[in-house]
Amino acid sequence: MITLFGVFLLTLLMITAFGIVRAQNLFAAVMLTGIFSLQMAAIFFILDAADVALTEAAVGAGVATVLMLGALALTKDKERPPARRRWLQITVVVATTLLVIYATFDMPRLGDPLAPVHQHVAPWYLSETTRLIDIPNVVTAILASFRGYDTLGELFVILTAGIGVLFILANGSSKNVRPTGPVAESAGLRHHLVPRVVGRLLIPFLVLFGLYVQFHGEYGPGGGFQAGALVSAGFILYALIEGEKAALRVLSFRVLAGMISAGAFLYIAVGLAGIARGGKFLDYSVLLNDPIAGQHLGIILIELGVGLTVTGVLLTIFHAFAARGQKS
Amino acid sequence: MTTGFVLDLASWVLMIVGGAFVFIGGLGALRMPDFYTRLHAASLTDTLGTISLLFGVILQAGLSLAAVKLAAILIFLMLTGPTAGYALANAARLGGLEPSPKNQGEEAQ
Repeated sequence: MITLFGVFLLTLLMITAFGIVRAQNLFAAVMLTGIFSLQMAAIFFILDAADVALTEAAVGAGVATVLMLGALALTKDKERPPARRRWLQITVVVATTLLVIYATFDMPRLGDPLAPVHQHVAPWYLSETTRLIDIPNVVTAILASFRGYDTLGELFVILTAGIGVLFILANGSSKNVRPTGPVAESAGLRHHLVPRVVGRLLIPFLVLFGLYVQFHGEYGPGGGFQAGALVSAGFILYALIEGEKAALRVLSFRVLAGMISAGAFLYIAVGLAGIARGGKFLDYSVLLNDPIAGQHLGIILIELGVGLTVTGVLLTIFHAFAARGQKS
Repeated sequence: MTTGFVLDLASWVLMIVGGAFVFIGGLGALRMPDFYTRLHAASLTDTLGTISLLFGVILQAGLSLAAVKLAAILIFLMLTGPTAGYALANAARLGGLEPSPKNQGEEAQ
């Protein structure tokens, strides 16, 4: 049954991918990428990767689509037709496809217990998580504690991306920018009663669910990345309903910049606290006298840091796009 | 006729009705002549289709945490589905898209 469902979803995924490539209207392409992400989330979920599915649904289908729409408001919504046949690109794509298909012949079967990925460090993580960290969600244990360096790197990738977008968009000259666009109207949807009432009703639940995902990440699917996307989705909804200015009154650029740096700082501070207490960088066991309680504290703190930075970066990018549309 | 059988029957009827609404909605979204009629068909999947499907699944779940979660999803969809349909139609109207004249003629008759 799962196999049938997987084949069905993967077929839909292929169709959507072709739709994205073929779409001349960029608005339709953006919508299709959102659908693509949602299907990816469903596939991750039936493969039992609930954490990844949550991330994909929140970031890929939710926030990324809104950001792309924001970008679309600054450009034309029709793709420029290609001047001539792009033989070079077609050749590269075909060659890569053949190479990937050839590589799949060597892949282990789905769920094969003898596959290399299940033989290397995974059994150790599975058996030692209960002893060393004692939380039910092994994914969070790996992400936040065993491989804390990787997550720190990911956090700094997001931080760098946010800073890069700000450099490109925030202070650029407002030349070459089309004056109109849905984001440009700072009034938001204030005059539309139905979306306004329903949206205002949903925002608290959205933010509450984000906080649940943030602080429940040790026990169920979730964590800072997903929570950041959910909370920022709530604030983006607020900005869409009440307008940019109202949203910036709640969380101004200054506060957002503070959140971005505070999150990264918190992560590093936890790492340094480990050194100060006589352990290694990002070793949470020494934070408290009880090593397991120390692990719990460290994981909650660094997840909080991740959540703060992700929320800040996503909202900053959204506001940067929106402000760019307003300026001219 | 035990209660379990009746519940099972009711849930299957609801799920089949929901599936039928989703199918009709998809068909309408493909075959209807202009944007507004297509939206009308598509909103059927959002509301009647998913709501009956979820009611059917709730009956299958019985009194459990899963049923509460499904009910929460149901309320969420009841709020967002019609709102999304309204927002789409409203945006199209503001964007200057008129219902096709052929349909208006049919309505008038």
